[in-house]
Amino acid sequence: MFGNLITNFGEAVAVLLFVIGFKDLLLQKNLIKKIVGLNFMDSGIYLFLAEKGYIAGRVAPIVTDGVTEVTKYINPVPSGLVLTGIVVSVSSTALMLALTIRLYERYHTLNMDEISTIIKKGEIE
Amino acid sequence: MEIMRNFPCISIILCMCSAIVSSALPGKWARRLNVTIVLAVITLSGGTLVYSLAKGYETVYKMGRFPAPWGNEIRFGVLEAIMALFFSGILLLSVLGGSKKLKEDIDNFKENLYFVLLDLLLSSLLALIYTNDLFTAYVFVEICTIAACGLIMASERGRAIEAATRYMIYAQIGSGLLLFGLCILYDITGHLLMSNIKTQVIILASSGQYHIPLVISIVFIGTGLAIKSALFPFHAWLPDSYGYSPVPSAAILSSLVSKGYIFLLLKIFYRVFGLNIIQESHLFNILLIFGLAGMIFGSVSAILEQDIRRMIAFSSVAQIGYIYMGFGMGIRSGMVAAVFHIISHAASKSLLFISSAGLTDASGKNKTFKDLTGAAYRNKIAGAAFTTGALSMVGVPLFSGFISKLLFAKAAFETNAMTMVATLVCLAISTILNAVYFLKTVARIYTPATTEYETIRFKDNIPFGVACILFIILNLILGLASDPLVEFINRGLMMFS
Repeated sequence: MFGNLITNFGEAVAVLLFVIGFKDLLLQKNLIKKIVGLNFMDSGIYLFLAEKGYIAGRVAPIVTDGVTEVTKYINPVPSGLVLTGIVVSVSSTALMLALTIRLYERYHTLNMDEISTIIKKGEIE
Repeated sequence: MEIMRNFPCISIILCMCSAIVSSALPGKWARRLNVTIVLAVITLSGGTLVYSLAKGYETVYKMGRFPAPWGNEIRFGVLEAIMALFFSGILLLSVLGGSKKLKEDIDNFKENLYFVLLDLLLSSLLALIYTNDLFTAYVFVEICTIAACGLIMASERGRAIEAATRYMIYAQIGSGLLLFGLCILYDITGHLLMSNIKTQVIILASSGQYHIPLVISIVFIGTGLAIKSALFPFHAWLPDSYGYSPVPSAAILSSLVSKGYIFLLLKIFYRVFGLNIIQESHLFNILLIFGLAGMIFGSVSAILEQDIRRMIAFSSVAQIGYIYMGFGMGIRSGMVAAVFHIISHAASKSLLFISSAGLTDASGKNKTFKDLTGAAYRNKIAGAAFTTGALSMVGVPLFSGFISKLLFAKAAFETNAMTMVATLVCLAISTILNAVYFLKTVARIYTPATTEYETIRFKDNIPFGVACILFIILNLILGLASDPLVEFINRGLMMFS
């Protein structure tokens, strides 16, 4: 069992990152920490993809020296997925940061619980 | 005839291009362009439906003509065409009904941005409906989420920003789980196209290899999409988002956005895993339990609510519970009922949201029940529309909600004894609870009251009146002539598997 853990060390780290980020996004009260958690979570997934997509000793499929054997190259799709995923997570992070700025301007706090209390009390509509 | 196979691709591209063009147009023209494009999409979807019905089996459309395991594909049959037709139709009616409210809610110079978001939303929904590639689906899920978040906070007033933030947090949790599930699935199967994955999944399931990763990926994808479509207990974002966003946004979010994710989940059940493998993973049982719990809990919360918009929003939680209950039965007739309920709920819930705006307008913009007393007399068309929506939600014969409840009940008899009893009991309780809060509201708006609020006539807001009448007709058609639609759904699901 632990033999698998050592060969899949990278994947284990990736899952750990995902779990840390997931927990932060879900449970942290501070909005900035939530956004950091979101990025942790996404990075965990990208690390997982990158780990799965790499095979030791092989290179990216760019044919320069006439070698066309499949066994010499890795599959380029996971790297493509990582790139697409990064673009997506950058845009959602930007949107969340913009929302955070708006919330801070209105309620003068970054704490989601405090914002809920302010709204419940009806201090700021 | 053969040109019709390009229609799904054209409709997606049209929406995307119009979003780009709209960003440079003034608000009035952006609205006109949006209406034109949605009408075009309705026509194209109708064409797709005719084509698929005539053809009788699914069409695979290669994007860029790259062959199967490498290229990206669109795949469509009868069900996809019906969904696209209804989604674009309801989007058009919701925008029509809420157009006047929208002008009050949104800054003048930002109006075109609202229509940019609407175009993007429609294009992502169409892509979710038509695509055959899981990673493309993920990207469009994200586009849909971001566009929906923009629609929620479009007015930038009151609690809309807080609601949008809450929505975004939950949506990101959902997308994280979905993406991780997809990555695990890609790692164990080596494909991204649904049909190729299915071949590999069947091999894996029969050999027992990678059993745990397969189950984990099923659970992650299921949970991720359930969070995004607000299945109980992940519905915390929903009441605020629907309650404080501009009216057309609320109508579109409740009837289209969450349904888009549910439809994607349905496609994943059929095209990626197959019902047998999902059945073995017990995901259906989990969905059934949470669906049933949502039906009861959503209705109870709705009874306790004092704000009409939030009440309708909580009713959505209950209705989404119904849809997941249909999935959870794990049989064909349950799926048919769930798909029919997706359509019937979309038709009645958007009607309720739009008409509630008419009622609150006639009550000095107050959303509490105290002020709404007698509102149906002050705005007759809104009162009639709200009553229709409420009766349809409760499940009174003649209206669309009745047919979906009938289909659910019929499907329940085909399952095992315990599921059947649980489903029927929850269906009965939920129907009674629905009746309590909807009929209470209808009685309230038809109670005569002496107030100083002014009366709104039909000619004061013609688009609103027209949209309400069209919605009422749609609900009646779905209720009175549901047989062809059920037949089409059946045929579409047959093409799925």
